[in-house]
Amino acid sequence: MTGYEPRLIGFLCNCCGYAVADLAGISRIQYPPNIRFLRLMCCRRLDPSLVLGILSEGIDGVMITTCSLGGCNFIKNHEQVEKKFLFMKRLLEKAGFESERVTLEYLFASEGRKFADQVDSFIERVRGLGPSPLSGDSPDQDLLLNIRAAKAVAENYRMRALVGKEEKLVKEGNVYGEPVTQEELDTVMDDAVENEYVHQKIRLTLLEEPASVKKLSEKLGIDSKKVLEHIVAMRQLGWVDVKEILGSSPIYTALEVPE
Amino acid sequence: MSAESSSPRVGVFVCRCGVDIGDVIDVPALVEYAKKVQGVAYATEDSFACSTSGLEKIEDAIKRHNLERLVVAACTPRTHEAIFQSACERSGLNKYLVEMANIREQCSWVHRDDSQAATEKAKDLVRMAVAKARLLQPWKEPEIKVNPNILVVGGGVSGLSSALSLADLGFKIYLVEKEAELGGMLKSLHKLSPTMRDSSESLESMLRLVEQNPNIEIHTSSRVKSVEGAISNFEVEIESDGKVVERFNVGRIIVAIGAEILKPHGLYGYGHDKRIITQLDLEEKLKNNDLKGVGTVVMIQCAGSRNDERPYCSRICCNTALKNAQILRELSPDIDVYIIYKDLITYGVESSALELNTKRRGVKLIRYRDESPPEVAIEDGSVVVKVFSPTINEEMTFRADLVVLSTPLVPRGEASELAKMLKLPQDPFGFFKEAHQLSPLDFATEGVYVCGTARAPKDAVESISEGLGVGSKAAEYKFSRIRGRGAAFAEINEKKCSGCGICIELCPYNAIRKDEIGISRTDSALCGGCGVCAASCPERAITIHHFTDDQLEAQLLAAIDRRPRK
Repeated sequence: MTGYEPRLIGFLCNCCGYAVADLAGISRIQYPPNIRFLRLMCCRRLDPSLVLGILSEGIDGVMITTCSLGGCNFIKNHEQVEKKFLFMKRLLEKAGFESERVTLEYLFASEGRKFADQVDSFIERVRGLGPSPLSGDSPDQDLLLNIRAAKAVAENYRMRALVGKEEKLVKEGNVYGEPVTQEELDTVMDDAVENEYVHQKIRLTLLEEPASVKKLSEKLGIDSKKVLEHIVAMRQLGWVDVKEILGSSPIYTALEVPE
Repeated sequence: MSAESSSPRVGVFVCRCGVDIGDVIDVPALVEYAKKVQGVAYATEDSFACSTSGLEKIEDAIKRHNLERLVVAACTPRTHEAIFQSACERSGLNKYLVEMANIREQCSWVHRDDSQAATEKAKDLVRMAVAKARLLQPWKEPEIKVNPNILVVGGGVSGLSSALSLADLGFKIYLVEKEAELGGMLKSLHKLSPTMRDSSESLESMLRLVEQNPNIEIHTSSRVKSVEGAISNFEVEIESDGKVVERFNVGRIIVAIGAEILKPHGLYGYGHDKRIITQLDLEEKLKNNDLKGVGTVVMIQCAGSRNDERPYCSRICCNTALKNAQILRELSPDIDVYIIYKDLITYGVESSALELNTKRRGVKLIRYRDESPPEVAIEDGSVVVKVFSPTINEEMTFRADLVVLSTPLVPRGEASELAKMLKLPQDPFGFFKEAHQLSPLDFATEGVYVCGTARAPKDAVESISEGLGVGSKAAEYKFSRIRGRGAAFAEINEKKCSGCGICIELCPYNAIRKDEIGISRTDSALCGGCGVCAASCPERAITIHHFTDDQLEAQLLAAIDRRPRK
């Protein structure tokens, strides 16, 4: 696409990512000016919801630069940064958003040249994808709903508890001391993500306008039996309630979910 | 002037950095642009903002224009933030109300050929910094009193040297050693390379000083059972024979548990024949003069290291082999010594001299390739070593009276237990890790230090210097109370916290604990502000000050220059 200049965000951890960006500068290694960096103390700070939020606002891509294994304070750093990143990727895929628009790169503080190369190739990769379908003044509304639902999943208590316990579950087993394999956990995670994601899509749709199961089913392209199952579960959670009954079909509305 | 006002007055200072920024970025245009950014009350430029006169101008402007937040568009905060923070403090503004826009390292230096794009990017960076600055909050770090007593775990050379140096400065030291005697690995060694001094001689003088020092309380045959608390006051339990024998409180802990020599059962026939031994076994034989009838000694390097399981070089084995080979030759010229090696790593002045001397004494060095390692077999009651030499392109066979395996140092079993107790990160092999490669004497948990081979293989001299190094680091607190680690720290909203404990498990700083009703609480003086707790908290109950969700979101939206989409 001619004339298209991607707009990108980069997150840098203070001790490696920011340091390596500084080094690229000190070494006068040139890279294209499409990326704006934010400094974090550590990339473990990166809540998937934050990245999903800025993607929903139309940024073309997000690059996360963290320390290479052994380069940073904490070995643990890796596992947590990576777990959150993979969770975010899973959500992007669920939302039908190009997950290549986010990347996680590992660097040592000494690899200025490699940093510039990574920035360069990420810019080119995103350039190849074209502008984000959510950029500009008239973003793809379906996709916007999807990514907002994905963001809401990333903020959901159950999902966060699952991601937060993942490392311990795989390493030390569950509360009964039974080992849990990564595969088992992935299956649990897939089911939970699918369930929460549909919940959130329904909730966000109802927030805009109360609707019947039939209407929700048409709007979201989900089988009406499935929608009803979700509505029942969501009612138990106190997320939705019946607003009124039109003819024989109840019209549902979203309730404020208490913080 | 209130730092709490809802729309604080932001001052923007754009630095030209001489020509470094000014030659690429259109600084006057940037200043004009900054003036229009929401919240900016004052914007100006300077040729060197960090110079004495530049800082005076900033201080003056803060007072004159009642500035409540400061944005400096200049270089990297990693080197210059502290300078501008002091300028703030001098003019009565809290030091954490400054934000930097890095328009040099991240802009003018890396986009030298595109002034226009660099200027546009600089505008974005300034806008982002202003957006964050508007939301910054003042902060005063807490000060903590540190318990002056110190625990040293491990009575080898590194532990002994740190204990001695600290005891001499007047600190009370608890020295805990699991063996019945102090001395660690040095007890089992014969002579030390490269000085060739008797190991026992070096050790004994040190032990005498330790035993006579009234400030050192020695606990042998003991181990640390538990550690609770933090730098201000660790509570330590020591056990011996499975019984808790003593409880005491310390303010710092030095871990010097050393490492052990790998016993490579099964490798090169080790464990099947008593003529196949490790270098450590050879040291014992040399010490006891137990080498009667030994005519041919074959040493095999990298036995159990630099392979898939342990890819690391154990650093000491080449020197040890060369040293022992030399000693054997000096003992009797009738002993033939062969060293079969992959790469001979004799780093530095002394080691290279050692290599030369060893060769001069007639020790034969034979190289092997990774794909054709030596083979050791028992044939007709003799130990036979076969190796293909790429130098002469043929297989060589030796009948050895002794095969000596140069095996690596490996972490002790108790390392992972201590790692858990003290929240010390370990590398993939189990050695303890420092906070950062360029801060080799700082560690993840405030008040906890590691020295000697517990961190990585090293020789006695290196272990001693590291022991002295962490000793002086631990002594710093004699002269100052510690302060928190800056404005980035976690705070838990007690109303939202459900007490799930995920944050406690993930916190690398040991800074979160449960209170009496089961709610997580952070200690801002220990918290490093990494934010893993906030990113993981199911209830989203944790705020990382100085990097709050609001601040980051404001920065992100400013990057694309817009308000959130409806």
